[in-house]
Amino acid sequence: MALDLLSALPDTAVVLSAHPSDWREAVRLAGDALTRSGSTTSEYTGEMLAAIDELGPYIVIAPGIAIAHSRPSPSVLRSGLSWVRLDEPVEFGHSRNDPVGLVIGLAARDHADHLEVMSAIAAALADQQATAALATAASADTVRDLLANASAGQS
Amino acid sequence: MGIGTSILLKMNTEKALRKLGVPATVTTSDISAARGAAQGADLILTSAELAEKLEGTGVPVAVVNNFMNAGEIEGVLSTHVPQA
Repeated sequence: MALDLLSALPDTAVVLSAHPSDWREAVRLAGDALTRSGSTTSEYTGEMLAAIDELGPYIVIAPGIAIAHSRPSPSVLRSGLSWVRLDEPVEFGHSRNDPVGLVIGLAARDHADHLEVMSAIAAALADQQATAALATAASADTVRDLLANASAGQS
Repeated sequence: MGIGTSILLKMNTEKALRKLGVPATVTTSDISAARGAAQGADLILTSAELAEKLEGTGVPVAVVNNFMNAGEIEGVLSTHVPQA
């Protein structure tokens, strides 16, 4: 089942040239993008930061890539993603996968939505060619096209 | 809370298991429920940051550093899973 990427990751949720001074600001930018696109209220940003304060930088799931998220909560208005690419990568304090150049914000109303939204990005993140192209994509349209193509290419 | 990231690990673990030809069921759990969810499991896969919280259940814990690297996951699995 293909997710409607234009609705889950609209232009307002995509930042391709961010300059956060540290990981906390990077996560805040991902939260701001979720709020701007209508996925969450601004409280969700604080919930994402609290999750990292509590559990550590486990959200850096691959070299250079962090998935900022919290559990389903009233601050999630509708499920969606944000995409924040950093011009200068920042350290999250992860033992192996620092520094982080891409923070993907994830908000989901329930676990089924979590699965659907994560499925939409999983194929691209597992594909080295796709991640290299995503690192230089010049527009939100290109980001969505690369995500969609990677998903379609996976049987 | 880790449902989001564990879904990625589950997808790539299932891919690795298929490649290894090992039939298995993979479930996800957030960290608050994981110790209970691990009851009856053969193996827990997690990140280095969360591994300590999952020790002591009697189920072996294996660390995956790159959730998107099927090769790393295959390597971890093949040291813990008896080959069919």
